[in-house]
Amino acid sequence: MSNRHEGKEALPASRLSGLMMVPVKAVMQVVDVPLRAWQRLTGLTGMASFFLLPNMAVFGIFVLVPFVINFVYSMTGGSEIFLAQRFYVGAAQYRDIFDCRSYLDPSSCVEDGFWVSARNTALFVVVQVTLMILVALITALVLNREIIGRSFWRAVFFFPVLLSPVVVGLIWRWILQRQGLLNLVLYDLFGFEPYSWLTDRNAAFAAAVGVTIWARVGFFALILLAGLQAIPKDLYEAAEMDGTRRTRVFFRITLPLLMPNLIVVLVLGLIRSVQVFDEAYVLTGGGPGTSTMYLTQYIYEKGFASDLRDPGLAAAASILMGAVLVVLTLVQMAASRRNEKQGER
Amino acid sequence: MGNVLAFLTRRRGGDRWHWTDVVTWVWLIGGLLVMFGPAVWLVLSSFKTPAALAEFPPTLMPYVIEEVSVAGYDHPLPLYEVRQADGRTVVLAEVRRIGIIAQMVDPKAPGAIVKVNIADRAPVEKVSFATSNYTEPFVHFDFLRFLWNSVFVTVMATAVTLLINSMAAFALAKYKFRGQSLILIVIVGTLMVPLGVIMVPLYSMISALGLFNSLWGVIWPTVATPTGVFLLRQYMLTIPDELIDAARMDKASEWQIYWRIVLPLAAPALAVLAIFSVVWRWNDFLWPLIVLSQSQLYTLQVGLNVYAGQLNVQWHYILAMTVVTMIPVVLVFVFLQRFITRGIATSGLK
Repeated sequence: MSNRHEGKEALPASRLSGLMMVPVKAVMQVVDVPLRAWQRLTGLTGMASFFLLPNMAVFGIFVLVPFVINFVYSMTGGSEIFLAQRFYVGAAQYRDIFDCRSYLDPSSCVEDGFWVSARNTALFVVVQVTLMILVALITALVLNREIIGRSFWRAVFFFPVLLSPVVVGLIWRWILQRQGLLNLVLYDLFGFEPYSWLTDRNAAFAAAVGVTIWARVGFFALILLAGLQAIPKDLYEAAEMDGTRRTRVFFRITLPLLMPNLIVVLVLGLIRSVQVFDEAYVLTGGGPGTSTMYLTQYIYEKGFASDLRDPGLAAAASILMGAVLVVLTLVQMAASRRNEKQGER
Repeated sequence: MGNVLAFLTRRRGGDRWHWTDVVTWVWLIGGLLVMFGPAVWLVLSSFKTPAALAEFPPTLMPYVIEEVSVAGYDHPLPLYEVRQADGRTVVLAEVRRIGIIAQMVDPKAPGAIVKVNIADRAPVEKVSFATSNYTEPFVHFDFLRFLWNSVFVTVMATAVTLLINSMAAFALAKYKFRGQSLILIVIVGTLMVPLGVIMVPLYSMISALGLFNSLWGVIWPTVATPTGVFLLRQYMLTIPDELIDAARMDKASEWQIYWRIVLPLAAPALAVLAIFSVVWRWNDFLWPLIVLSQSQLYTLQVGLNVYAGQLNVQWHYILAMTVVTMIPVVLVFVFLQRFITRGIATSGLK
């Protein structure tokens, strides 16, 4: 009884948040005084610049200017970080990167680290994106069926998307280590001897691929699911009337109509996959050896972490990676424009 | 038997089970195990003692050996079930172990010491949660410090993001001025400039501004999100201009229009951006790793990585800290999942 009484006395949540807003409201009132003067002085255009200024200033200082001076960095040498202390070397960084006797063999290059990580990244991107789209597509198809508790199942696949890459990396390091869950399952089912998976080159690569798929597939499945649900139901009803086989329905109706979403998923997946770092770095640290060293980690280590740091080389490498991303982004924009046109028709 | 099977698999509408139904349920159940299993395993492991963590094969639940106080011994002694020569088993407490022979006593009659081959005994175990894994990192590591740094970065970055993004979005949605479309193109064009590409010059920029080894050095580069501006602008375009004109008639200043009319009406879009911003900033790793080099400034993600990268990893602490790091995101997931999934499905935001 007394509990109920106390409940009535306590502030409801809305009243409480209203109370917290009082100082904010006061500040906004005070700010209004000089702003009114500014508005009288400069009119609506002045107010537009006022509203734009903070965001654009931050954006300019921390995105736009670095983006531009990155090109300058890539043409300087030395290990100093401030531009003023660096010297101009022209295109030497790029020449070093492309100085290879054979592009297929990283060890024949002057900058073998770059080519090793570039090759690793290319292999990773191809395998990871292919498998992930396959898994995402199956998941979306399964979730699009009339199943009991659909929102629960959707949540199951989406859950890892929000986890931090560090947490993802640690969870899986813990599972793949010698006394881990994977070895327990293999031991119980098949009597396998425990094995340190992350110290094996091929297993570490497979782990990086598998773990990033685990962490991201829910996101991509969600986009595909939205696409599947946008396909008109009457198409399927008509196909059922005609007694069309399900595999035929899939290849003749579902897949063609899902193509726009599949392209979006493909390009977004590629863009994110090219930049792979966090999960793989926490999981394997780039090892064993350099078998899971990817481009972003190479840039990070060249730029900051290693004793023989070379910011100019790191900048040149980052521009090359950026060029790949720009191409992918343009492909995506072209694809989405084509989708819109198709939608209008 | 055939009838039973037919009964169990009978479905509405009289359809038979298609092979795709089997695939569906195999995929769902398998997905449940693969997606949730690792997280559940993490949580269960985080309650184990270091000794239990080093065992193979590991147990599912956290077990410890049961102990008992025996008269004449200072410390509680571990209990074992001992199989005797005549086939009976008795419960004895171990005093010490020399090679493969354990010296044991009967807790009820602690006088005589019995020598037992260690192959003939099995520990008496009980489920016990080692909550000290959770309490000790607060003392041994700067865990509370990391937690505070993460909360500070997340809250500040989200607040600044909401403020400056919504102001810019308001200007882009409700004013006409020269260069408007240029700004929009720049914003959309840089949606895809990832940190990995501008890492080196951004680092020098941060250093030049004296923000190296400062939490604000982590916050500033992340707040002017093009995604946020774009999302809010698209939403504010749907607010009718008549509302704003009416407010101008009533002598409201532009700032008041932004603050008292547009912001409250854009609340749903602001909420989506806030949720995403919290998750992004809480999970950020690479940039804090570059900017923060002093351990009292580490965020949770960086701190976790550093402690997990040590030669002698103290997994019992790491696992517990990982669980704590997961909690805010899991809460967001449980309570706000609908908003997030809708946001992704409609705008491809991530």
